[in-house]
Amino acid sequence: MTAYEAAQSLQRREVSSQQLVKAVYERIEAVEPAVRGFITVLEQEKALAAASRADELLEKGQAPSPLTGIPMALKDNLCTSGIPTTCASRMLSDYRPPYDAFVAAKLQAAGTVLVGKTNMDEFAMGSSTENSAFHITLNPWDGERVPGGSSGGSAAVVAAGEAFFALGSDTGGSIRQPASLCGVVGLKPTYGNVSRYGLIAFASSLDQIGPLTRDVRDAALVLDIIAGHDARDSTSVPREKEHYADYLGKEVKGFKVALPVECFGEGLEKEIKDVVMQAVGKCAGLGVQMTEASVPSTKYALPAYYLVAPAEASSNLARYDGVQYGLSVRDEENLLSLYWSTRKQGFGAEVKRRIMLGTYALSSGYYDAYYLKALKMRTLIREEFVKLFKDHDFIVTPTSPTVAFKIGEQKDDPLTMYLNDIYTVTANLAGFPAISIPCGFVEGMPVGLQVIGRPFDEGRMLQFCYCLEDLLGIKGRLATIDIKEGK
Amino acid sequence: MKVNKKDVEHVAALARLTFSSEELELYTEQFNDILDYINRLNEVDLENVEPTSHVQPLKNVLREDCAITSSTDLREAVLREAPAAEHGYFKVPPVIE
Repeated sequence: MTAYEAAQSLQRREVSSQQLVKAVYERIEAVEPAVRGFITVLEQEKALAAASRADELLEKGQAPSPLTGIPMALKDNLCTSGIPTTCASRMLSDYRPPYDAFVAAKLQAAGTVLVGKTNMDEFAMGSSTENSAFHITLNPWDGERVPGGSSGGSAAVVAAGEAFFALGSDTGGSIRQPASLCGVVGLKPTYGNVSRYGLIAFASSLDQIGPLTRDVRDAALVLDIIAGHDARDSTSVPREKEHYADYLGKEVKGFKVALPVECFGEGLEKEIKDVVMQAVGKCAGLGVQMTEASVPSTKYALPAYYLVAPAEASSNLARYDGVQYGLSVRDEENLLSLYWSTRKQGFGAEVKRRIMLGTYALSSGYYDAYYLKALKMRTLIREEFVKLFKDHDFIVTPTSPTVAFKIGEQKDDPLTMYLNDIYTVTANLAGFPAISIPCGFVEGMPVGLQVIGRPFDEGRMLQFCYCLEDLLGIKGRLATIDIKEGK
Repeated sequence: MKVNKKDVEHVAALARLTFSSEELELYTEQFNDILDYINRLNEVDLENVEPTSHVQPLKNVLREDCAITSSTDLREAVLREAPAAEHGYFKVPPVIE
């Protein structure tokens, strides 16, 4: 059942929000040992209290949003007042924020019901959720495989039916790649469309918050709630409020789609390519024009990303010094040892690696050779895409070069792990919106198709994906997910 | 351009991180692999390209220059998360000998 379908039942009063919450908690109890998608599951009484408030509003016909009463989950890097927000790091394992993130407050005001905070790679750095300081998360489709990352917990709990939808954050593909690997929809909005206030920062010029949902309609409904200007995020763009759900069901005839040859060549598994191309082939039936295109600069997107993101991270994570909040190791009474001991114990290996890489790229003597070069590359990439968007509405690529890989398979090889982001980082570097939707299966594992759109063109992007999803006819299979027993 | 163990140690000091000798060796090796990959950027002529640090055309987003009164409740809520606090301030080890 999608969030929309559940909401329809709620609005007809066939079911109450409290009943939905109880059903979700039963599901969590049954499958969570085989998924481990949550870091924190809220006490059921708390969720039921929120559900009862939603029920009252629904009863009076005063529901503040189309998703009032729907149980949902938030990635654990989104601040929730008084509720642990750990970033899956020992650094913040006891941290309880004194405030709500913009998106958390928006979802609360919309009457949705928070059931838990989801697992992730520590500080959102990773593509498998294996970098969580607490535990790994298992892919609901196959418990021996990773769910992707860094929003792996959010993708897994939505795929496993432990929440109707979840929010994640996407710096280089962290919403879209796990969505692809878990067979759900994952949307990264245009940079500046959703406020980052209360999102624990990784790379500020790339981070965006977005939904992971069971279908395209749900993604539109969630985006309707969380998008909008917020003065507390200086990069939030003031613009007129859009109604994304209104785009769904409109005709897509005449849309022009580009297929960059660079994203269908070397490095892409043949089976994945076949499934994606099959899906693409079906678009012809929609009256959509498909043409091959070339964006040579995409080849350099990943190297540029792995300079820009670590550089910004090294600066953002300088705040974890044991002074204001989080872990503080004070074994010797001097300031430098406070920094050193706290950061040594608080950060995991991948976080340290990225801080180091970023510090190196920004350090005196290397700034021009690395960081500045990456920023220039960013300009070239953006220009090439802007040019392509002059004659095309969307760009379609695979979301990930592989299906979900085995747990432990890439853990010790950082560079191989980084290659997971090869098709997704471009949208972050350029600030464009991008979405991953399930488009088929390889050996029983879900495959995702990525659609990249023009800045602030999420409406038409969702319109296109809604038609495509309908045409692909695999939406039904998502609801039949069954957790294998005993894993 | 290869980095050696000493370079990595220097970067660690800048980043306020400490590593064991084995960790330094592993990081040096991984660093060189990653930098090899990143050095592909040298294939591109970027001489006359302007850098992009931010994708939105927003510049100098300013708020009104006026004082906002904060509540003592808020201060207390913030300090509740502090590892050590005294008299309404964060407490740190001695900075001046």
